[in-house]
Amino acid sequence: MTTDVAVTQGVTCRNLIKDFGTGDARVRALRGVDVEILPGELTLLVGPSGCGKTTLISILAATLEPTGGEVVVLGNDLVHLSKREKGIFRAQNVGFVFQQFNLLPSLTAAENVAVPLVINGYSKGEALAQATEVLISVGLEDKVHAFPLQLSGGQQQRVAIARALVHKPRLLVCDEPTSAIDARTGHAIMTLIREVALQPDRVTVVVTHDQRVFDFADRIVTLEDGRVAGDQSLEPKVESHARVDAPARPLGR
Amino acid sequence: MTWIALKMLTGDRGKYFAIIFGVTFASLLITEQSGIFCGVMLRTTSQIRDIEGVDIWVMNSNVRYIDDLKAISDDDVFRVRGVPGIAWAVSLYRGSGQAQLSSGNYQGLILIGIDDATLVGAPTKMIVGKIGDLQNADAIVVDEAGYRQMWPGEPLKTGKVIEMNDCRAVIVGIYKSSQTFMTMPVVYTRFSQAVFFVPAVRRLMPFVLAKCKPGSSVEEVAKRIHEQTGLQALSKQGFMNLTMMYYLKHTGIPINIGTTVLLGFLVGCAIAGQTFYLFTVENLKQFGTLKAMGMSDSRLVRMILTQALLVGGIGYGLGVGLATIYGIVAQRSMPLLAFFLPWQVVAGTGVAVLFISLIASVLSIHRVLVLEPAMVFQGGA
Repeated sequence: MTTDVAVTQGVTCRNLIKDFGTGDARVRALRGVDVEILPGELTLLVGPSGCGKTTLISILAATLEPTGGEVVVLGNDLVHLSKREKGIFRAQNVGFVFQQFNLLPSLTAAENVAVPLVINGYSKGEALAQATEVLISVGLEDKVHAFPLQLSGGQQQRVAIARALVHKPRLLVCDEPTSAIDARTGHAIMTLIREVALQPDRVTVVVTHDQRVFDFADRIVTLEDGRVAGDQSLEPKVESHARVDAPARPLGR
Repeated sequence: MTWIALKMLTGDRGKYFAIIFGVTFASLLITEQSGIFCGVMLRTTSQIRDIEGVDIWVMNSNVRYIDDLKAISDDDVFRVRGVPGIAWAVSLYRGSGQAQLSSGNYQGLILIGIDDATLVGAPTKMIVGKIGDLQNADAIVVDEAGYRQMWPGEPLKTGKVIEMNDCRAVIVGIYKSSQTFMTMPVVYTRFSQAVFFVPAVRRLMPFVLAKCKPGSSVEEVAKRIHEQTGLQALSKQGFMNLTMMYYLKHTGIPINIGTTVLLGFLVGCAIAGQTFYLFTVENLKQFGTLKAMGMSDSRLVRMILTQALLVGGIGYGLGVGLATIYGIVAQRSMPLLAFFLPWQVVAGTGVAVLFISLIASVLSIHRVLVLEPAMVFQGGA
């Protein structure tokens, strides 16, 4: 394991391999991925369909077992964590933003956002109070009691982002966060994610096909056929509000 | 966590009500059929229950149920009286008779002859007339249902005359009885009168009714009677149990009604299990999201069990409630319907519904436990 502090607090993958199926039906999704992702920057994982992007973030988020190689996330060697430890790791350290939002339709926006806190042992009252604060910080103060079906796609994704941040995770994984919403809303969502990503101890990984999102990236890692085919550090073309005018209460902090 | 489970469950009203409907249907069917079964079984003992104030029934040792009439010696009543712990003992005749009505029609009936002097065992719920009038010559009392069977549509009144074994019998009273298993009129008369209403036989008395002295143990005295007389002596409840056991063992009632109860249980399992499983499958993405966010398997299991037990509890309450209403309403409009709901049926249905709920949740729990949290990510590899 590396001794570099920044890398220890980030993500390190060494020769990461993932196979699906067995025997003749075996498919190798990751063929030895080596990558390091640092906190405090927005990293995009891009590549054609089937290149292994989703498999890679699933492993980074401790939701999928790798077949081989090393993966150290926030100082935790995921390969050697038990199933139960991985659950605790996810509950405490990982925030998820999904392509289809994955909000629980029978819960209000505040209740959805409160779920990670409840999983971490907060009482319902405490969790709802904190969830409401975070919803206000993402501009949804008038939608606290709305149900997901009463919200637009962009509003639902904001709720999902609030849910991903409410328990102050150090790893934020976003799977195609803009693909189910229109371009203008997608821009607003990426602005929000970028603000969050710039927290110095937070690792943010976004999987995307959407080339308009590239403008927000500090770094773009390109996967092809289960391998890293490109790794490019960039100067973002889109400035976040955080850099221009930081909010009074940092998001997710 | 419970509130999330309940909100998930009640969020989709259609599925929520469908699951409750399944459990309610099963609960209703099980309770209603079991209630009918208990009602039928209870009717087999109605003539034992209706004879009040008696501790012990004494009979031939081979008697298996109330209608299994095996006459004992007339002297046996004296032998029973001589057993320590007995306060008094009287003869009871019970047999079948045939009445010829004034219209010329014949009607089969159950004839009960009670002690002439004391009228022990006489009905207590008189609707018309007085039981003391049984002391009159040729007097009989008949149950309300039997009266209506013999004289349909006519008002209840004394003075009607029938013939039994070519002997005149006058109705001096009408009483309210428990519904009998056989739908025949039940006629009471004095023992000395009963011998004229049936063809002559050498021995007539099938039962001796006995009362224990205060402070005596009924079971102990019954045991003593058996030891001293060789006769079968049973407490009232013991004789009822013997009768019910006979019907349970030797009639198709348990199999016929039990099959319906079993079908209700299986249909309930199928409907509730399938609906609940479909509910889980359709919410698999939500469970997967919770799992991805770090919710432990044990908490997910508790959530599913909470959901299953809630719908089980509601379905159980509705089913038992509807069965009770059915029983009350149906018995008012159809007096012949046998329905009795003891607490054992209510508790048994509860156990069955609990089992249905657990069966329904087991499949769902398995499905959620094997769920890979990575399924929440779209797009695949």
